[in-house]
Amino acid sequence: MANIRFDDVSKRYPGKIAVDRVSFEVPNGTFFALLGPSGCGKTTILRLIAGLERPDAGEIAIGKKPVAGHGRFVGPEHRGLGMVFQSYALWPHMTVAANVDFGLAGRGLSRAERRNRVREALDLVGLSAEGARRPHQLSGGQRQRVALARSLAVRPGIILLDEPLANLDAHLRQTMLAEFGRIHAQARTTFVFVTHDQNEAMALADQVAVMDHGRLQQLAPPEELFSRPASPMVARFVGQGRLLAADVVASAGRTTRIRLDDTEFQVEGAAPIGPGWLCLRARDVELAGDGAAGERLNGRVVASRFEGGDHRLTVEVGAAGATGLVDVLSPQRGRIGEAVRLALRGGWVLAREAT
Amino acid sequence: MLVAFLAVFVFVLAVWPLGRLFAEALGTGESGRSFGLISEAMASRAFGRAFWNTLETSAASVAVSVLLGLPLALAISLIRIGNRVALTFLVLSPLLIPSQIMALAWIELMGSSSPILGLLGLAPAPGAMNPLYSRGGIVWLMGIEHMPLVFLAVRASLTSLPEDLVEAARIGGAGTFRIVAGVLLPLTAPAMVAGASLAFAASVGNFGVPALLGIPGRYPMLTTLIYQRLNGFGPAVIGQVAVLALVLVAMAGVALGLRGIVLSRSVPIDRSGRPLVPFDAGRFRRPIVVVLWNVVTLLAVVPLLALVGAALSPAVGVRLAPDTLTLDGFRSTLIGSATVRRAFANSILLSAGAAVAAAGIAVGLAYLGTVRRLKLARWTAWFAELPFIVPGTVLALAYILVFLPPLPVIGVSIYGSATILLLAYISRFLALAIGPVQTALASLDPNLDEMGRILGAGTFRRIVKLIVPLAAPAAAAGAILVFMTAFNELTVSALLWSSGVETIGVMVFSLQYEGNSTSAAALSVASIGFVLVLALLVDRLGSRLPAGTLPWRS
Repeated sequence: MANIRFDDVSKRYPGKIAVDRVSFEVPNGTFFALLGPSGCGKTTILRLIAGLERPDAGEIAIGKKPVAGHGRFVGPEHRGLGMVFQSYALWPHMTVAANVDFGLAGRGLSRAERRNRVREALDLVGLSAEGARRPHQLSGGQRQRVALARSLAVRPGIILLDEPLANLDAHLRQTMLAEFGRIHAQARTTFVFVTHDQNEAMALADQVAVMDHGRLQQLAPPEELFSRPASPMVARFVGQGRLLAADVVASAGRTTRIRLDDTEFQVEGAAPIGPGWLCLRARDVELAGDGAAGERLNGRVVASRFEGGDHRLTVEVGAAGATGLVDVLSPQRGRIGEAVRLALRGGWVLAREAT
Repeated sequence: MLVAFLAVFVFVLAVWPLGRLFAEALGTGESGRSFGLISEAMASRAFGRAFWNTLETSAASVAVSVLLGLPLALAISLIRIGNRVALTFLVLSPLLIPSQIMALAWIELMGSSSPILGLLGLAPAPGAMNPLYSRGGIVWLMGIEHMPLVFLAVRASLTSLPEDLVEAARIGGAGTFRIVAGVLLPLTAPAMVAGASLAFAASVGNFGVPALLGIPGRYPMLTTLIYQRLNGFGPAVIGQVAVLALVLVAMAGVALGLRGIVLSRSVPIDRSGRPLVPFDAGRFRRPIVVVLWNVVTLLAVVPLLALVGAALSPAVGVRLAPDTLTLDGFRSTLIGSATVRRAFANSILLSAGAAVAAAGIAVGLAYLGTVRRLKLARWTAWFAELPFIVPGTVLALAYILVFLPPLPVIGVSIYGSATILLLAYISRFLALAIGPVQTALASLDPNLDEMGRILGAGTFRRIVKLIVPLAAPAAAAGAILVFMTAFNELTVSALLWSSGVETIGVMVFSLQYEGNSTSAAALSVASIGFVLVLALLVDRLGSRLPAGTLPWRS
């Protein structure tokens, strides 16, 4: 069942299209991530869902109810959502409990019920003891939890999270990420999570929408996004993919034959015959010994750095004038200029758009 | 909804009266020709004299303001000295002391019965005319009165200059003198011109100084000419004086336009770096401190002492001596006179009413314009500044013109009642309240309000629960500024008061006009004391206010 539906939605700012004819659906109860570089329009989409921005074109529905489009507009006050801002937006003049209680007014709840809801929400985020404190007395991670509790207390169908981890240090980020996963499982609410960090997006999301320049590039589960990127942008942005220009010579079903540097390779993916891209990640390539048989790519090491226990070599491959870069992991430090031979273990072929 | 209400309110209080007044000035007059009023007024001799006098004294008083304000600002912001807040407060005290009281204080200081000049044996002979009743007197007093405008502009620009500029010059081998003359002064020149333009605009619209010095000295200026015409001939001549008002606005407008051009043309400076660190003046520190305190005492303290002396003297013209000191003046003025007591009550009620109303409107407008980013609210806030920018005399004229006829629907005229003064105060001083509230709300994270919306709170609940608590210190500061300014106000009140609704400013002016300067001095001292206590109260509040709300704390 669709919980949020975007239908051909556009939003323009003076001199810029923030969201360009975007359509997607978020099923009920999913952990949905909006991923993209800064300025790609992901936060605008979140604000469109919240009702903090009005779309210039297209329709938005929440649940079964249209909330924007056709001259209709439901303000954020009446959408019944929760939201966690990057700045947390805790009201500094109120205690933690008063912050959480704010959204419960005017809902026909008795005093006791409200107190219960506040306690429950603070319990869920592990802050039951801090209700009487003020936001400025809390640590960054605790503020984050209060911001989440404030939204959980009103029991919304959807909680929007705008780069919630951006203001935390690396260690706390991992902890909070795990917390979000736990709370999402417990609260059974739809989470829409905006981030520019692919690891955050991939870690928890059921579905990831990759945005670039206001357009939706791909909407897929994380595994698919990683192994079968739909566009060169996604291939580059997700998992540090490298793209090599290649010629597609044959394509049938899920496999394609391509020619690269006068050698033919069999790779996954489908593309029309003609110019194409070969997307390679470090794990798709390995250094080949001199004697081994099979198709090889010849290249030259241009950079080497030690990362995550391995040496990551950047290798320039291809004939003069049509070279590309590939990353490969190696147990030894690479010498700059050293000639190496690479074997392909995987890869993904994409059609090359007219450029 | 709310924004429409506020927009209509500001329109009725500010835009409509001023617009009507200018339309009136452009009318046909007796001759029936178009722009007849303007050409009739321009042709009159009285107008010509007042116009040139205004231009001349304003320009000369700006020179005084710059000659005083610039060195004071340089010394106080650039040199490491103690008691900087106290010094700054004294330098800025003319902002708190209305010009008619300032004029009164100097009249007492320079007069034949001056308690201070008398001690020094320098007082003019009894019966001789007070030397301040002259062009020079007006220039000097308006110069002091508007000196803080130059001081504030220069100081703001100096203290926000980045220290890197000074360090770079030091490394380049420049000494302190070259740094000040070659780097800092040129960079603050636009601010100085901007401050001087403000001082000019303020001088053109000043009423208190020319009223107390120019009327007895037979030196007419535009503001006093308007006052005397209206007083002499009544509202019938409003068309003629509307032309004078238009000329006043044009003169002030040219000055403010110049300020805008200078500020927009000046080189942009990156002010994000570490702010300027004051210099160590070394062996010059002591002499500089001595000179500073002497100048500031002479400008801000000595005249007030003379005023206190006059208030304590038994009768006008009696030399003050320890055995003649008496509190009779205070007693008879403050307790004995029912009119003065009424004026006190009127001024307190009117200023408090205006302060509360202005702060409320300011919170609404600033919230809608700054947090909600509604265009209409921002325009309205802009228009709300107009009555503060135009000379007070002009605003008062506009109010007479619009509110003299009975109001539609209720059929009652508010002219001659306290209501017209209250409305005029609100519209005149609204800008003072909008400023701090806008600054406070501009630095507020808009997400705080958006979160309230997402959780289902309507506009009214968000303003009450979220915005008012967060803007309260700034709104209180704005309200107190409005109160302090309106409490001693003379310019607008002089034209709009009526018997029964006298205000303190009007009382001081008429007591002095009647020759009862002991009473005038006593009332002035009492009202200034009241305002000073308030100023100290806001100062206590200072730590909870956004930086820059209180002019004497930087």
